Amino acid sequence: MDAPRVTPTIADPKIRRVVFFASDSSATVLPQPQQLPETHPSGNRHVASGSFDPSENPNLATAIEKKEEVPQSSSKPLKAKTTKAERRALQEAQRAAKAASKGEGSKAVTESDRAAPVKSIKQSSEKKGGPSYASGATDKKAGDRPLEKDRKKDAPPPQSQFDDKSRMEKARKRAAVNPTESRNRVELFQHLPQYEHGTKLSNVESKFFNLGLVHPAVLEVGLRYSAGDISGGNARCIAMLRAFQDAIRDYCTPPEKVLVRDLTSKINSYVSFFTECRLLSMSMGNAIRFVKSRIVNLPLSHSEFEAKAALCSDIDRFINEKIILADKVIVRHAFTKVKDGDVLLTYGVSCVVEMILLYAHELGKKFRVVVVDSRPRLEGQALIRRLVAKGMSCTYTHINAVSYIMHEVTRVLLGASAVFSNGTVYSRVGTSCVAMVAHAFRVPVLICCEAYKFHERVLLDSICSNELGDPDAIAKVAGRMDVNYLNNRASEDNLKLLNLMYDATPSDYVSVIVTDYGMLPPTSVPIIIREYQREHLLL
Amino acid sequence: MWWRSASFIMDRQQNKNDVALKDSNPNPNPKISAYYETRAAHHGVVTTDWLAQAQAATGPDHEPQPQARPDPFSVIDEFNKWRKQPHLAEAVAAIRALAAVIRWSEASTMMQLEMELKKASDSLKSWDTTSISLTAACDLFMRYVTRTSALEYEDFNSAKSRLIERAHKFGEISHKAFPVLSARKVIAMLSQDFIFDGCTILVHGFSRVVFQVLKLAAQNNKLFRVFCTEGRPDRTGLRLANELAKLNVPVKILIDSAVAYAMDEVDMVFVGADGVVESGGIINMMGTYQIALVAHSMNKPLYVAAESYKFARLYPLDQKDLAPAIRPIDFGVPIPSKVEVESSARDYTPPQYLTLLFTDLGVLTPSVVSDELIQLYL
Repeated sequence: MDAPRVTPTIADPKIRRVVFFASDSSATVLPQPQQLPETHPSGNRHVASGSFDPSENPNLATAIEKKEEVPQSSSKPLKAKTTKAERRALQEAQRAAKAASKGEGSKAVTESDRAAPVKSIKQSSEKKGGPSYASGATDKKAGDRPLEKDRKKDAPPPQSQFDDKSRMEKARKRAAVNPTESRNRVELFQHLPQYEHGTKLSNVESKFFNLGLVHPAVLEVGLRYSAGDISGGNARCIAMLRAFQDAIRDYCTPPEKVLVRDLTSKINSYVSFFTECRLLSMSMGNAIRFVKSRIVNLPLSHSEFEAKAALCSDIDRFINEKIILADKVIVRHAFTKVKDGDVLLTYGVSCVVEMILLYAHELGKKFRVVVVDSRPRLEGQALIRRLVAKGMSCTYTHINAVSYIMHEVTRVLLGASAVFSNGTVYSRVGTSCVAMVAHAFRVPVLICCEAYKFHERVLLDSICSNELGDPDAIAKVAGRMDVNYLNNRASEDNLKLLNLMYDATPSDYVSVIVTDYGMLPPTSVPIIIREYQREHLLL
Repeated sequence: MWWRSASFIMDRQQNKNDVALKDSNPNPNPKISAYYETRAAHHGVVTTDWLAQAQAATGPDHEPQPQARPDPFSVIDEFNKWRKQPHLAEAVAAIRALAAVIRWSEASTMMQLEMELKKASDSLKSWDTTSISLTAACDLFMRYVTRTSALEYEDFNSAKSRLIERAHKFGEISHKAFPVLSARKVIAMLSQDFIFDGCTILVHGFSRVVFQVLKLAAQNNKLFRVFCTEGRPDRTGLRLANELAKLNVPVKILIDSAVAYAMDEVDMVFVGADGVVESGGIINMMGTYQIALVAHSMNKPLYVAAESYKFARLYPLDQKDLAPAIRPIDFGVPIPSKVEVESSARDYTPPQYLTLLFTDLGVLTPSVVSDELIQLYL
């Protein structure tokens, strides 16, 4: 990737790269921007150490953007509101342009930008879909690190906005995995990545030798994410942390660099690689935040070996205390709500819910289980197989029948991918529907969720933050050759396939959230975040 | 609704054959829960000679002052002795019993003392599993003991006396001899802003806190009238009506089934609570839930007056999710043995039907209860 770089640079004042704390550290470590192209052959490294564009790593905890008034600011006029059609046309054009200029890095932009005067403005990203969490620009002196450290704990990580063209353009150039975007993007969800399924892997393979700086363990986990081998919030989070552990063990500080800073930038580059493979979940964002805060808080007196050992044991502790032990505590708590004669309904697969069911069954409770499942993933079948093998009496049904089956259910147990501070539960698509039906039938809904998945953001709907799956998965029905009406229609212009992965359940439908801190009403989520977020970071 | 499903009926038929009803309550009299006994003793289950009983209950206050360690010492006996005092809340009785455990303890280290206390509080809790404030008070005191570690004190004896002192302070919260400290007084003062001239207040059952609130309002020369429900089968409402009539407050007695009929005229509903649970809902005398439902559907505010020691780390999901407090019900006529009688003494009111809680911690919305509990226990 060390092709000669064009330097559009300061001519484009519209964008001011928000420099995060990794960058002001690197400012001291890295050579001056002018020499950069020669000294650093790999674009990937620069992503990490140079500047942080939040669009690359949406869940980075360090990424802070402070809102600021953008009045006169940019010499270039603000992007005019265009119609959707226009923007699409523009996007197509840009995509073509991108294909042409694929090899070019954009690093130079960022570096020279950073060198430019501190005060510059990033245009607030314009979205079609909905409100954004992170917009505006930051005005940060390179010196105020402690302040920033404080802020990064409070500020939510920004969500990348995939309809912000200029940013995406840059992110794309830098990306290791460059999947083809699908042609028929669903209008309402343009801010989310919509890729042709299956293009990611081949792309990584073709670029394999350019990925030199990604640690093999990280690479493996990332590829398994994108292949769908690892799924489930906890499994993904643990796999990521283990990969970090491997990477930290094999890490050695390059000469003339400081471990704290260089390792943070390494982790950042791994995170952006993970993000390219599959969007990070909120819980992974929290775990990353933990790892980084541990790195930043390493005592300076530690030798490299000590520091690495301390980090590995910290990560071990996080996995043990926040995930494995938390699950055990949740099982104990939820078990008190299972009575003889109960009929428990669950949706999809949640490993905590499965543990609760097995535990209650082992302790001799007499209850029935209803597993509700949905296309296209049909994860529930694996669960029902395991439950039946244990001798539980089970019912398996699809979500279409949920309103029929609900009237014989006494408790609904659901897992969650994240819980937001307004009590909204973010979980596998369909959960909201099940919870709503349960609420209408006055059946209590128990959400089982470890406290490390709590997030201080507020989520109002499923649009702002979501993940889109393979659209083909809903168009095709496996094993049914006669249902082939949509087989070659995916490329038609007037057909859009939407395969959402997650949805948001309003707190009204949730009776109780079972966490490692006990059973709490959804209104107490912000209290737990307030009281324990710091502890999460410091452990 | 679930019992209508065919599969469930089949399950039930199967279960009937092999599952015998187990009673986990170690209370010797399974017909009446101990919780209810205390309640009956304090509030007077009103019969024809209810006046005489009420008189006896409000008689002169004599505190038993144990001089020597009773042999064999039992925390339950101690607790029973305290709970016989009419003005003393069950929670306070429990704390005093635990204080007595500390006093008579022969432990020589803090660890031993803690273990002894733990055993005592466990036996108290298991003696009556149905009482929420008893459990809450035991937990709260244990929390205090474990939190104030012995390291803070120079020697064991001063730590011990510190704990006893603390227990006494706790007792004073609900003691009528110390009106300044009393939680009920604080609650009464807080709630005065909510009672306006000319309002009509619906009250359910007899609650000492609610009575204190109304009494203070009457003393402040507020003009209001009170609707008392009858409170079958204990007729605790009658007792409240009597007490209020003594204060020259206009009172009207309703039968329990007339609540919806009278709700039009009501401006606010006041109830006490046996326990305030983590969700922010309350557990209170049977009938509170239906009054809350009626009040909610007619957009009338429902206020709960409860001391903070009634906050319990429980989370009932529905009515059946509680250990039922069984009580006898006298229907006046013999009931055929085949007819089942619903004899639970209390119900659970979910938080969405409550407007505000008046506690000695301040006026709280239901969702703050969990906040307070988290800060207390975690």
